[in-house]
Amino acid sequence: MYNSGKIIPGIIIFLAIVLFPFWSNLGKANVKPEPKIDTPVIQQMPVEERKCIEPKEFMKAGHMQMLNDWRDSVIRDGNRVFVSSTGKHYNMSLQNECLRCHSNKKDFCDKCHNYLAVKPYCFDCHIEPKENKS
Amino acid sequence: MSMDRRDFLKIAGITGLLGAGVAAVSGKMPGILEAAVTSPNSNALKAKQWAMVIDMRKFKTQDDYKKVIHACHSIHNIPEFGNPKDEIKWIWTDKFEHTFVGQEHEHISEAVKEKPFVLLCNHCEKPACVRVCPTKATFKRNDGIVMMDYHRCIGCRFCMAACPFGARSFNYRDPRPFIKDNNPKYPTRMKGVVEKCTFCVERLDEGLMPACVEACKDTKALVFGDVGDPASEVRKVLKDNFTIRRKPELGTSPSVYYIVGGGENAG
Ligand code: HEC
Ligand code: HEC
Ligand code: HEC
Repeated sequence: MYNSGKIIPGIIIFLAIVLFPFWSNLGKANVKPEPKIDTPVIQQMPVEERKCIEPKEFMKAGHMQMLNDWRDSVIRDGNRVFVSSTGKHYNMSLQNECLRCHSNKKDFCDKCHNYLAVKPYCFDCHIEPKENKS
Repeated sequence: MSMDRRDFLKIAGITGLLGAGVAAVSGKMPGILEAAVTSPNSNALKAKQWAMVIDMRKFKTQDDYKKVIHACHSIHNIPEFGNPKDEIKWIWTDKFEHTFVGQEHEHISEAVKEKPFVLLCNHCEKPACVRVCPTKATFKRNDGIVMMDYHRCIGCRFCMAACPFGARSFNYRDPRPFIKDNNPKYPTRMKGVVEKCTFCVERLDEGLMPACVEACKDTKALVFGDVGDPASEVRKVLKDNFTIRRKPELGTSPSVYYIVGGGENAG
């Protein structure tokens, strides 16, 4: 092959540059986030009742929809009480209810959201729990 | 590859069944929210049209004004910028000639002329701000309160132009660094939204009177209640006293009434 001394290193450099996004992320972004639920309020709950407002699988997939419904319900209809599918009553409030239990916003909400690169702007206004102020 | 009609129908049938199955399973998710029940708090205060009577005779010292304004501005996380250009206000004061425009005359008593009048959103029965809002961020609740949904506010400020009472403030800057003591129970606002008094819906919904009313409950300088209810305290006060409203000629029908009073001291 003519010029193989130039072509082969050239191909290698080319591949290295083209594949940069892959090797630079190797082992990094793939660490699955593990939201922590070891907050004082949750620790105080009896183990068998350590549940979210709705089943975990539903919360995982549907909490954004739920929060959206909550704020419309509270602000537009004045309804502030949520009755869950298990019949429990909750105060429909982001900062006074979700974050009462999930007071570790940085280790919980943010863990997932950073991994997924979603940036809810809610906390431009809603106040995060004190202990997590950076 | 060739396929006869029979095989084609078999595969099509199986695919169709699969699709229906997937739809049934994934359809379960939204089910929880659709079935979700929400309700008002059982002790929420209700009304046909909330209204307030401001008895200016009861405002005598600087302190009478301060405690009312402080009660509101501290629980609602109102920033203090220290300059009138950026000022955010839910409840504030102004002179007679600015409050009751056109009512002043050159022989008006000195005490009335100089007295600060307490101002807040009038929660009009026919609010101009609601008519102009392009996103329905500001709207009228069934109990007559003109409410702000900050989540929908795009900061166009049409409402500020429409409001004849100057009751709305725009966040030209990030308010957070200028809030002295956060009330962690209530959200702040952010740069780019309009805000105003909401008659404390978050308190009414929990069975409490508005913060300003509670702050002066010993003197009853502010009386709050349902004008739709003939037996209510506001109706009684309105019946027993001569009251006026701001700019009634504009036809917005404010829900805030004033007992102006005479020559009492103006702090
Ligand atoms: C009563 C306390 C409590 C409240 C209130 C609460 N949570 Fe939870 N949440 C929990 C607990 C406990 C778990 C863990 C459930 C499990 O492991 O089964 C959880 C799990 C979750 C999960 C899934 C986490 C994962 O590991 O996948 C999400 C998402 C979540 N919550 C969001 C919310 C949101 C949003 C709100 C407010 C609308 C809220 N939670 C209110 C206690 C609560
Ligand atoms: C199990 C991981 C996980 C946890 C824990 C979690 N979220 Fe989320 N969140 C998500 C995902 C996934 C999305 C959706 C991203 C999308 O659809 O683009 C999301 C979206 C949202 C959105 C909508 C954002 C938008 O821009 O539309 C809000 C609001 C939100 N989350 C609030 C919370 C709050 C508050 C908590 C903590 C109480 C929380 N989330 C905890 C995974 C999580
Ligand atoms: C511009 C400021 C602002 C932003 C941004 C904002 N909120 Fe709000 N939110 C408020 C205010 C103010 C209230 C009114 C609280 C009340 O009346 O009790 C509120 C109320 C709510 C409520 C009901 C009552 C409560 O105490 O929580 C929910 C739920 C809510 N917001 C969710 C969200 C979510 C989810 C997001 C992000 C996607 C968000 N908000 C972003 C200002 C904001």
